[in-house]
Amino acid sequence: MPMQYRSEVVSSRRAGQYHVLTLTAGSISETTKPGHFLGVAIGGDESGLLLRRAFSIHGVQERGVFGGTVDIVVAAHGPGTRWLVGRHRADPLDIIGPLGRPFSLPRDPVSCALVGGGYGSAPLFMLAEHLRARGCRVDMVLGASTEEKLFGVLEAKRMASTVTITTDDGTLGETGRVTDALGKVMDDHDTDVVYACGPMPMLAAVADMASDRGVYSQCAVEESMACGVGVCMTCVLPVIGDDGVTRMVRSCVEGPVFRGDRVRWSDVGTIPPDTLGAPAVEGGTR
Amino acid sequence: MTRAVVRPAEALRPQTHDEVDMSTSLAGLDLPSPILTASGCAAAGKELDQFFDITEIGAVVTKSIMPEPRSGRATPRMAETPSGMLNSIGLQGPGIASFIERDLAWLRQRGARAVVSIAGDTVDDYARLAKTLRMQEGISAIEVNISCPNVEDRGKVFACDAGSSSAVIQAVRRNTDSRVPILAKLSPDVTDITTIALACVRAGADGLSVINTLLGMVIDTDRLRPALAGVTGGLSGPAIRPVAVRCVWQIRQALPDVPILGMGGVRTGLDALQFLLAGANAVSVGTMVFNDPSAPLRVHRELQTALAERGFTRLVDAISYAHGYLDRDQQTLDPIDEDVDAVADEQ
Ligand SMILES: Cc1cc2nc3c(=O)[nH]c(=O)nc-3n(C[C@H](O)[C@H](O)[C@H](O)COP(=O)(O)OP(=O)(O)OC[C@H]3O[C@@H](n4cnc5c(N)ncnc54)[C@H](O)[C@@H]3O)c2cc1C
Ligand SMILES: Cc1cc2nc3c(=O)[nH]c(=O)nc-3n(C[C@H](O)[C@H](O)[C@H](O)COP(=O)(O)O)c2cc1C
Ligand code: FES
Repeated sequence: MPMQYRSEVVSSRRAGQYHVLTLTAGSISETTKPGHFLGVAIGGDESGLLLRRAFSIHGVQERGVFGGTVDIVVAAHGPGTRWLVGRHRADPLDIIGPLGRPFSLPRDPVSCALVGGGYGSAPLFMLAEHLRARGCRVDMVLGASTEEKLFGVLEAKRMASTVTITTDDGTLGETGRVTDALGKVMDDHDTDVVYACGPMPMLAAVADMASDRGVYSQCAVEESMACGVGVCMTCVLPVIGDDGVTRMVRSCVEGPVFRGDRVRWSDVGTIPPDTLGAPAVEGGTR
Repeated sequence: MTRAVVRPAEALRPQTHDEVDMSTSLAGLDLPSPILTASGCAAAGKELDQFFDITEIGAVVTKSIMPEPRSGRATPRMAETPSGMLNSIGLQGPGIASFIERDLAWLRQRGARAVVSIAGDTVDDYARLAKTLRMQEGISAIEVNISCPNVEDRGKVFACDAGSSSAVIQAVRRNTDSRVPILAKLSPDVTDITTIALACVRAGADGLSVINTLLGMVIDTDRLRPALAGVTGGLSGPAIRPVAVRCVWQIRQALPDVPILGMGGVRTGLDALQFLLAGANAVSVGTMVFNDPSAPLRVHRELQTALAERGFTRLVDAISYAHGYLDRDQQTLDPIDEDVDAVADEQ
């Protein structure tokens, strides 16, 4: 169950183009599972930026000098994230978490490929730890447009059996995209499950590759959110349910992790006509 | 507090906050707290119950429900704006049957007061919804969201036309148990909100919810196109608060006795107090829940403190209090006038 916590910044450090913030989090650190995210309020009690920003939880420490803490990885993008990377040690922060539905873990010690695009790799290290603890094999594929936008290459090397790096501009690893490298990784290591987090087009491509090979995939999506707790219906995307019916589903509470074969990737941003409750087509009946 | 706080003349001393009686009455509905959620900003209460005890606030106002399931509009559905946001959700919802079976059942079992918001495409939709709800126990009130396009009138919003508004309210009133109050939820996007308010009251509304969002638009300057897939959307949050307070004030002036549920950008207890002083009998907290999921209960507590600081022992004494400001100024001036008169008499 999520909780609201008056947090404090323990540290903020740079990692390539990103900032890694460690925040006090009380018992949030105990209930967080890989794939959960945090809603961070921006700008203090009188801020004109009302909406919380969502960040994958990168790591947790249950008991340290500061009690429980969580780490998030922040890419400065717009006004909210720019404010956040300007926070210093001991600055107060209002957080809620853990939010969303985490990655589900296989019961058996299977072979897993973890694919991260840009800061999308943030939740994958905690996931790798949990998978390893269950005896799973972990191969990682990390990609970004350029070296500075890769996150966690060293950490990946410590945790995974193999690490494949791709950059669009070739500044590190193979030139190209994660999907150019993923096929070989899956073939070489008989991948049973693919986990992915990153930009939506990357997730769509990864989910398709997995489906083509009959491999199970789990993707953590990134939809624009207003509340993060399931009350506003902002963050929806078309997802096929167990009953085969497509619904506009809230990614903040029913996601952000979805089965890759259940999201209608090419229809994201639209209401597919066969969605439950879709508007009647012109001239049709409802 | 940097400014001296004016106390009602009858108050002898500031109260401690737990001495303030926070109960209020809205269209015959007795509420232990004047703070409610706002439709579309609290789903059906279950998610917020994780952050605060939803039985402690006045009531949960549920997301407007329609007769059938509805997918809502395409994304992006939201754009952040200065001290506010724009939304074009398009009334996504599961339809009345599923709402009753799951959401209403949950609220009843939880022991929360439920104000059920309904919305339709036609007058008949509203009538059907009211009929269906008539069979249900545990509904404290019905809020009628008339800020919907009337498909029988070329998509003109019901709330923008006195005739359509009263047709909807009449249909709902006729099909609702007389013990269940109905609130007409008004749009601020009209020339004279008091005209629509009066039409709704004449049609049988027991109270008014004021206000719904203001129609707005944001253009994405990177993509060079409207930021929302629905092009326009409803503006909410503190940015609209002065408009909302004005609407409550005008309706209170025009209709001194009509029960009003005020809303629009309430963030703090003092914001809620503005609405009460302007004439609201109770107050909904909407968009601020996205910022602070426990905002309704926090606002209740802050309001209690604010009332105590001003010497109010009962919340109901603050309702419409600001409307008496001219009379009160008159009272303070009176003694001076008498002196002037006395001098005049002597000459
Ligand atoms: C589940 C989830 C996990 C995320 N994890 C991370 C992470 O680990 N690290 C990281 O740097 N970023 C992450 N993001 C993206 C991050 O939330 C956005 O970059 C951020 O909200 C942008 O805020 P802004 O003020 O800088 O930009 P603005 O564009 O000014 O934001 C305006 C509004 O749009 C929303 N918004 C804008 N872009 C996005 C986006 N890409 N995703 C969601 N909402 C958006 C914001 O919440 C805000 O309400 C995640 C998003 C989601 C949904
Ligand atoms: C995301 C969102 C969804 C809303 N959905 C509804 C709705 O379904 N029915 C309704 O009557 N009002 C709806 N509203 C309007 C609110 O109930 C409220 O009238 C308005 O937002 C002003 O209050 P606020 O500034 O406190 O949010 C919605 C508002 C928002 C922000
Ligand atoms: S962001 Fe509000 S429902 Fe998901």
